[in-house]
Amino acid sequence: MSSYRIQGATGEWEVVIGLEVHAQITTQAKLFSGSATAFGAEPNTQVSLVDAAMPGMLPVPNRECIRQAVRTGMAIDAQINKWSRFDRKNYFYADLPQGYQISQLYHPLVGEGQIEIVLDEKNPEAGTKVIGIERIHVEQDAGKLMHDQHPTMSYVDLNRSGVALMEIVSRPDMRSPAEAGAYLTKLRQILRYVGSCDGNMDQGSMRADVNVSVRRPGEEFGTRTETKNVNSVRFVMAAIEHEASRQVDVLEAGGKIVQETRLFDPGTGTTRSMRSKEDAHDYRYFPDPDLLPLELSDAFLEECRASLPELPDAKRARYTETLGLSAYNAAVLTADVDTAAWFETLITASAAKQGKDEAAVAKQAANWLTSELFGALNKLGKGLEDSPVSPEAAAELLSLVGDGTISGSIAKQVLEKMLETGDGAAAIVEREGLKQTTDTGAIEAAVDAVLAANADKVEQYRGGKEALFGFFVGQTMKAMAGKGNPQLVNQVLKAKLG
Amino acid sequence: MRNHRFELMTDLTELGVAALRDGVAGGAFTATEVAQAFNAAVEAAQGALNAFIVTTPDAALAAAAKVDAMRAAGQPLGKMAGVPIGMKDLFATKGVQTTAASKILEGFVPPYESTVSQKLWDAGAGMLGKLNLDQFAMGSSNETSGFGKVISPWRKGDDTTPLAPGGSSGGSSAAVAARIAPAATGTDTGGSIRQPAAFTGISGIKPTYGRCSRWGVVAFASSLDQAGPMARDVRDCAIMLEAMAGFDPKDSTSLDLPVPAWEAGLNADLRGKKVGIPREYRVDGLDADVAKSWDDGIAWLKDAGAEIVDISLPHTKYALPTYYIIAPAEASSNLARYDGVRYGLRDLPEGANLQEMYAATRAAGFGDEVKRRILIGTYVLSAGFYDAYYTQAQKVRALISQDFMKAFETVDVILTPTAPSAAFPLGQKSTDPVEMYLNDVFSVPASLAGLPAMSVPAGLSRDGLPLGLHVIGRPLDEQGVLNASLALEQRAQFSAKPGKWW
Amino acid sequence: MSVNTADVAKIASLARIKVSEAQLEAMVPELNGILAWVEQLGEVDVTGVTPMTAVIPNTLRLRDDVVNADPLTGGDIRDAVLANAPVAEHGFFGVPKVIE
Repeated sequence: MSSYRIQGATGEWEVVIGLEVHAQITTQAKLFSGSATAFGAEPNTQVSLVDAAMPGMLPVPNRECIRQAVRTGMAIDAQINKWSRFDRKNYFYADLPQGYQISQLYHPLVGEGQIEIVLDEKNPEAGTKVIGIERIHVEQDAGKLMHDQHPTMSYVDLNRSGVALMEIVSRPDMRSPAEAGAYLTKLRQILRYVGSCDGNMDQGSMRADVNVSVRRPGEEFGTRTETKNVNSVRFVMAAIEHEASRQVDVLEAGGKIVQETRLFDPGTGTTRSMRSKEDAHDYRYFPDPDLLPLELSDAFLEECRASLPELPDAKRARYTETLGLSAYNAAVLTADVDTAAWFETLITASAAKQGKDEAAVAKQAANWLTSELFGALNKLGKGLEDSPVSPEAAAELLSLVGDGTISGSIAKQVLEKMLETGDGAAAIVEREGLKQTTDTGAIEAAVDAVLAANADKVEQYRGGKEALFGFFVGQTMKAMAGKGNPQLVNQVLKAKLG
Repeated sequence: MRNHRFELMTDLTELGVAALRDGVAGGAFTATEVAQAFNAAVEAAQGALNAFIVTTPDAALAAAAKVDAMRAAGQPLGKMAGVPIGMKDLFATKGVQTTAASKILEGFVPPYESTVSQKLWDAGAGMLGKLNLDQFAMGSSNETSGFGKVISPWRKGDDTTPLAPGGSSGGSSAAVAARIAPAATGTDTGGSIRQPAAFTGISGIKPTYGRCSRWGVVAFASSLDQAGPMARDVRDCAIMLEAMAGFDPKDSTSLDLPVPAWEAGLNADLRGKKVGIPREYRVDGLDADVAKSWDDGIAWLKDAGAEIVDISLPHTKYALPTYYIIAPAEASSNLARYDGVRYGLRDLPEGANLQEMYAATRAAGFGDEVKRRILIGTYVLSAGFYDAYYTQAQKVRALISQDFMKAFETVDVILTPTAPSAAFPLGQKSTDPVEMYLNDVFSVPASLAGLPAMSVPAGLSRDGLPLGLHVIGRPLDEQGVLNASLALEQRAQFSAKPGKWW
Repeated sequence: MSVNTADVAKIASLARIKVSEAQLEAMVPELNGILAWVEQLGEVDVTGVTPMTAVIPNTLRLRDDVVNADPLTGGDIRDAVLANAPVAEHGFFGVPKVIE
């Protein structure tokens, strides 16, 4: 897919993409003030005098914001700058009370890093690609304007004003919408693992400015446009697709690309020039004189590093190599940090219940989770996060399968009841009488009845049509309402059929 | 009896901070009597001097009543108990209009109190009113105020030409000199405490950058702004600075250090101390009166036991141009918040959009000097010019600071004149901005280096106007500055005061 | 470097200060006077000099991540925040309608 090309009227074009991702740092309080960051509060209730830029107000940085940005930098193998500084970016807008945004231009907190993306999750042959990260810096978010509440006025809500963001700037290393999508997905995954951003794109906790240019393959970079604040992976891909073909159309018609800020319209899937940001960009950056240089101690950095969790790539490798999962299951189970945590709680509980080590129960658990539970939850329209079945309850169910108390097919029924009633697996099995029958006499009686009723098929089987064996198993299990122990049923059938 | 009371009240306004504090504590008079006396003096002078933008007699009385009640109850009294003061209108005061002398903030009533003013109230001081100043503290004559200029109480003999009280803390200097406030807060960015103190025959100290919190002080240039006291003498300044200074976690540049007992530490014996005399300050064409008072000061410090050392501060001549890049650059950004959205003036012409509203509001609200500095600051930060102006200025600033640090390897304090001349008539320098800027030539270098520096009255010019001497100290050595200033004060025996013509 | 009327107009626009033609004409020589004066800094040899970052040596303190730890710098004060606003409605600040 790195050979993604746009077929223009005059030949092939290559698209060049860089993303500037704004990720809200997960903290209780804002970057430079003590007001809260929670989503969805009443307008202007989470605004301090500092956030409203009252005369004489001053910024004091929140340690947790710095810590989370450093941890994020460490998670992408980036250079952490022990000496960094905040700069002011000056411009006038109603969502920017100070008339400047405190950001970092000249000396960002985090320097060069990288993220490896898998080019095609479903095709391991497609390989991986490394996307360079130029920098991560910490900055303030702006407030919010509401345009549709009043005929002649826009309303200003400063609740977001001053919330801490990381701006994660990639190199222009992506060459297709799919690569950009994979990069954004991977970045979101890492942020959620690190715990530095919740990644909720629909709440605006993560959004991307998409830089797109086109060129003839192998030629110099073209002029780029920046599409602002795109808030889903799908929209980022759509914006790139539209913007690239728009640029090709302009160029092929003999026009020039204007370096400008554009806006993505999710309704139409198109981008348009942003009138309000037409103003010449001269941000007059200079070091914020209200803040001293930020100097990080070795102890601070050590704590940041020590507190990093196992990251997605390492976890995925461990799942295949140590736990023996399939590449597919490992990818699915590590895609989100919460899923991985659920799975790990499940195998810990399973291993304990079954008296085995985790590697011995992992495969069973992974298969059950990805096929049974995900499917069942999907039917209920629920996600793992609001699953009525806890990992511990699931471990109980798996242990009943593991020790032969119930069969796999009975387990499906039990799961359904668990989801319905919230009761434990053992209680359901007991109450509903779903225990597997290991009583050989009962199995023999059932087999005898099946063979007697299907004498013709017995003939055929004995005549060499061995495929009929499954038919006899099915009939026996049916006769026993699914409760016959499959191994015993097989044994008895084999013996009786001779 | 009635007559006696009137005389007492008149006399009370002749007292300074220490005398008022001690008198209230000792029961010689009540804080309420003090407040009444100064309220009356403020009222009587306001029409002539225009030192205040708003007066707050009730606030002064309420604070005094509290002090009197505390004393009656035998509770311990604060450092400034019973002393009513003037508050420069750059400090946000809760519930009292705060304007920075700009129309753009007219009617702005802060829902918060600046750290420094809060500390003063906590120490038992009361507020006589909000003092006039140069608009956003930008000026050296008080002519840029949006609420009318302050007239100095001083006159050249019988000449009634109105004189500048200095700036930007011109309301503060005029009020203290006119005996309508025993002390006042000032702020100093490039000399705004020291030059007006010198012009009006009072004392004023700018402490080390970071000693006084900037939280709640309307910002002019963040890396330079420092609050400090202005009062009749060195002791009064020491007392008031103790009340104003101290660590504030709300200001990232605040110094996390204990406040020394400066008043208790006062000592005019300078034996064993070295005083530097920077040769670069002896500029060509230095005013003869100023040169003479400097020589007097050198002699006085020698008399106090100090050794006089000739020193060099080679980058002195670049201090003013450096300042006039850095201060406007910071100001252009600090003043961007005055946009007519959240407080203050809004000018919304018919059919104007948001950006047009900003431009109209700021055009209507800011005075000419403020606009000039915003434009200069915007220019020096703009694309293509940033390195040539701003980065170069910050490098030269580092060199200026290094000059001082090198000098302080051999000397304890530095003595210079405070200003290149005595007070000038209002209107005389307002036509050429650069000529006005040159007023700060001796005060700006210490500001750039963040050093403590004080002006004390040295004597009178041949025209009968006050001249100041300027003591610059090492970072955090306010005590050394106060002590050298005290030695000067004791020998200058400055007792002149303006005639009460209002 | 000196500025002309167009430069000053551009600077004034960046600074969001409306100026009339007459004011522009008056400002050009004033600003040029100041700029010519500050440009003497160019003659200082600053080779190897690091621009000043902290006036008095001091390190940047970081605060704990606690909501409303100090009421003076915390939220939940909407009335105070809106009290001085030229236009405030329904808990919002009001500005002329913006078209994005």
